[in-house]
Amino acid sequence: MARYIAKRLIVGAFTLVILVTIVFFGMRMMPGSPFAQENKSKSAEQMAMLNEKYGLDKPVTEQFAIYVKNVLHGDFGESLSKKGQQVSDIIATRMPVTAKLGLIAFVFAMGMGIFLGIVSALTRHRWINSAITVMATIGVSVPGFLLAMLMMVLFSVYLGWLPVVGLDTPASYIMPVLALSFSPISTIARLTRSSLRDVMFSDYITLARSKGTKESVIVVKHALKNAILPIVTYAGPMFAGMITGSLVIETLFSIPGIGKEFTNSISNRDYTLTMGLTILLGTLVIVMTLVSDVVAAIIDPRIKVEK
Amino acid sequence: MAVDIKNPVVDNIDSSLFEKLPEEEKNSEFIALDIKTFFRDSWDRYKKNKLALIGLIFLTIMVLGSIFVPIFSPYDFESQDLVNKNQLPSAQHWMGTDKLGRDIFVRIMYGGRISFAIAFSTAFICLVIGILYGGIAGYVGGRVDMVMMRIVDILDSVPTLLYVILILLIFGDSIGSMMLAICFTSWIGMARQVRAQIQSAKEMEYALAAKVLGASHLRILLKHLVINSISPIIVNLTLMVPSAIFTESFLSFVGIGLNPSIPSWGKLANDCRSLFFTYPIQIIWLVTTMSLTILSLNFIGDGIGEAFQAKKR
Repeated sequence: MARYIAKRLIVGAFTLVILVTIVFFGMRMMPGSPFAQENKSKSAEQMAMLNEKYGLDKPVTEQFAIYVKNVLHGDFGESLSKKGQQVSDIIATRMPVTAKLGLIAFVFAMGMGIFLGIVSALTRHRWINSAITVMATIGVSVPGFLLAMLMMVLFSVYLGWLPVVGLDTPASYIMPVLALSFSPISTIARLTRSSLRDVMFSDYITLARSKGTKESVIVVKHALKNAILPIVTYAGPMFAGMITGSLVIETLFSIPGIGKEFTNSISNRDYTLTMGLTILLGTLVIVMTLVSDVVAAIIDPRIKVEK
Repeated sequence: MAVDIKNPVVDNIDSSLFEKLPEEEKNSEFIALDIKTFFRDSWDRYKKNKLALIGLIFLTIMVLGSIFVPIFSPYDFESQDLVNKNQLPSAQHWMGTDKLGRDIFVRIMYGGRISFAIAFSTAFICLVIGILYGGIAGYVGGRVDMVMMRIVDILDSVPTLLYVILILLIFGDSIGSMMLAICFTSWIGMARQVRAQIQSAKEMEYALAAKVLGASHLRILLKHLVINSISPIIVNLTLMVPSAIFTESFLSFVGIGLNPSIPSWGKLANDCRSLFFTYPIQIIWLVTTMSLTILSLNFIGDGIGEAFQAKKR
């Protein structure tokens, strides 16, 4: 197990290095400069000084070497568009907003998805089942931002129940969380239903029934334990997906989080901030995938980890 | 020498007890069922799936509409008419007009043209790359396979969004670079699937037979192995189209996708954002059209998947 984790970590680090390299040189190949605003008001000498101050006058390969060295020392540099602000400080102030939203959406998606999956696997009413199936189909196929826009029209414009922008009140969390979690809920419900149905026909469930165990205990204590596995494997990438998915949700609801910062930094050609956020998001995805694979292997000894 | 055998029983039966077999019963032993090809059989099964059929009809209407509406409509997608801006639906403008007096129906159909063009071409490109890459990895196997699959693993572990954004930034915001960006990672799923299929198919007797008959490796791979694994490939292909539409609209919506002068669906959605409280109907038109299209594509994908799978059972 330790070897497996170590191997995955090495591959992950390797991936990150490649990612950082591609993004670094890619950003430099883009037309445009981070100082496009200053260019209008300042003289050529001042621009040269500005470039020198941020090390942009050096050859790109040398800039890369300096950047990598700094990052390894934990220094992500200074933002180019927000003068005087460290990238790590910007991340530290923005990340909690996105993380809080992501965590709420994650917990909600897990709870709701598993609940709906159990209900639709065990219910005897066909209409409940078809209702959940219809919901899951829509959730899996229709993009979250379209649903969010529909919700905004319905709940904010016509009914006036929920605020449209920001995250000031608890009520303003409702729509962003729903928009982020609708598709994961559908996927989790589908996964739970199919794996629970398989498990419910296995011998040990029949044994538990014949001992006179209550049906609710059978489902929660016996069946769900085994049925939960595909969901664990899905959960890690899902959380990472929610963080990256917040890109569009944050733009839509004007939430000051990582996603909005990321799109802005790209349009502003803010090299250091884009790099910092890329490393953050890349690490998150890689670590999350690893965590859910390891957890799945721990809770189910039948999974043989790849040599 | 002919032997005239007298059979006392047969000869004594009165011939009036017999009657001629009616013409239509003569062929009753004949197999009446048409011989069906694989695709014909799947199509018959597909037709029984109501949702998939509705999806196919809706999609056909949308594709035809996106091709012909901009050609035959009296309005085009960019000419402005500031006198008649933000109109409600009427006989002249079926879905009303937007904030610059442009006909929304024509704009949505034109946006569909862009989305479909991007989605269908990327799906096709990914199909070709996926079959070749996955096919070679699966067919050759061994060390080549190992290296090819590790490359894919590394490509795959980076969030797709980052690649897409990066490619769009480097190569500009044209339709071509959007297609490149979507293709860059979407072929991976296809390649994995093809590889798995080829790996099991190449152990079959017919592959050996083709080899014994002297077929070249490329011929065995493309003409025999790929053709025999075509059903999962097609299912994968149909699900690629809605995801390409989604990626394009998502990026253009956030403002880092296509050039703002191209009225793709994502761009139209972005335009609507400022109109939430004033003209929500403009948002509803767009969102409904997009959702129904993507939903139809998913129904079609599911329908095809089921139609093919039943064959296997």
